Amino acid sequence: MQFKAEHISFRYTDKSPLILEDVSLTIEAGERVGIVGPSGCGKSTFAKIMAGYQKPVKGQILIDDVPMERKVFCPVQMIYQHPELAVNPRWKMKKTLNECFEPDEYLLEQMGIEKAWLNRWPSELSGGELQRFCIARILAPQTKLLICDEITTMLDVITQAQIWKMLLEIADERKMSMAIITHNQALAEKVCTRIVRISD
Amino acid sequence: MSNKLNWSRKMTVLTLVIFAALYLLIIFFWGLFMNPGEYAVNYDNKLLMPSIGHLFGTDAMGRDMFKRCIKGLSNSIVIGLLASLFSSVVALIFGIASAVWGGVVDRFVKLAVDLCMGLPHLVLLILISYMLGKGTLGVTASVALTHWPGLTRIVRQEVLHLKSSQYVLASQKMGHSPVYIAVHHMIPHVLPAYLIGLVLLFPHAIMHEASVTFLGFGLPKEMPAIGVILSESMNYITTGKWWMAVFPGVMLLIAVILFDVIGETMKKLWNPNSGNE
Repeated sequence: MQFKAEHISFRYTDKSPLILEDVSLTIEAGERVGIVGPSGCGKSTFAKIMAGYQKPVKGQILIDDVPMERKVFCPVQMIYQHPELAVNPRWKMKKTLNECFEPDEYLLEQMGIEKAWLNRWPSELSGGELQRFCIARILAPQTKLLICDEITTMLDVITQAQIWKMLLEIADERKMSMAIITHNQALAEKVCTRIVRISD
Repeated sequence: MSNKLNWSRKMTVLTLVIFAALYLLIIFFWGLFMNPGEYAVNYDNKLLMPSIGHLFGTDAMGRDMFKRCIKGLSNSIVIGLLASLFSSVVALIFGIASAVWGGVVDRFVKLAVDLCMGLPHLVLLILISYMLGKGTLGVTASVALTHWPGLTRIVRQEVLHLKSSQYVLASQKMGHSPVYIAVHHMIPHVLPAYLIGLVLLFPHAIMHEASVTFLGFGLPKEMPAIGVILSESMNYITTGKWWMAVFPGVMLLIAVILFDVIGETMKKLWNPNSGNE
């Protein structure tokens, strides 16, 4: 799948200044693109636009040269910085995990998710454990591009390394593309095949 | 945390709720099907002290206070039930509409809430009751029409918060329909808050019904109601007829506290952070 963001401009309200101005980005299948830039330069906003959570003021998102469809499973999925906000606190983990498809045992093992966690509430798991669930639940076969918005920033170094190792393995296996948004230059250099810089 | 411990705490809470519900149900049905003859006027037994025959004593017209209390509380529960059901349905519709549609609808609902909350509650109650000619209709309508704003705000806030939460947005991205999201994400969140609000509305409704009646803008004098009983007893309290005020007051208090206990317990049980305790 080829992903294209063409001439994206964005502002939050009519009066506020443009946060993004004429940004274009193409991601080919299997590519891992790192998006780096200083705080407040619009990285996360761009991620939300790429995943279709925000509509750009100008420009468009194309998937294989077709505008992104709504109301069906989106091939572009996003993982957030705070997993504890991204899971329904009233659902047991099993329901959260199976919300869009049923991950098989192999995937669970790959992601390091233990069976015992499935019957717990989100408040009984740690951030790293929750983040594994957030990733596993959207790794459906239809997911072609994974947008990772600072997904390991709040985790300890060991968990960070584990999660990235798993993600890279899975991405390679499936030829899944990734867009990796991070502050961490070293991380970007380690995991990405290409790095794009957003400046103010 | 052992399983046994979880169970015992849930059991204690459950027993408490069952006891409270039983007490209220017994009063409700006993009063509902009570023969009016049981609290009829009988001038032979004027102003008797509490005894085995008349548990709560009798009043100046020789009516048995215990039976009148039960009947009165039962009436109060009916009015409270009607009022809180009506209020909660209004709150649910207003709250959801305001959060989902936003814009003009939201502004209208917020204005209505502010309008209702801006006036002192009792003044509003008296105004509406007086406008509708007092009596049962006046009290029921006034109590029903003034208890929705608080709950509306809670429901609106919950739905607004959910609408923009990451897991609802993610659910949309997974291609789930609005119906799926409403059923699986929204309702499980709003329902507990709503039901707790409903139960906690109840004591308010009963108290307000009693106070409006006490002030003379409510139920007619001949109808047994806690408010009527209490306001009558005020005339006798200076002459030492304490039982006419104390027992009905205590009964009202117990009923209100029990509803409060049920509501607070539900709150604890349904909150995911304490749900497993």
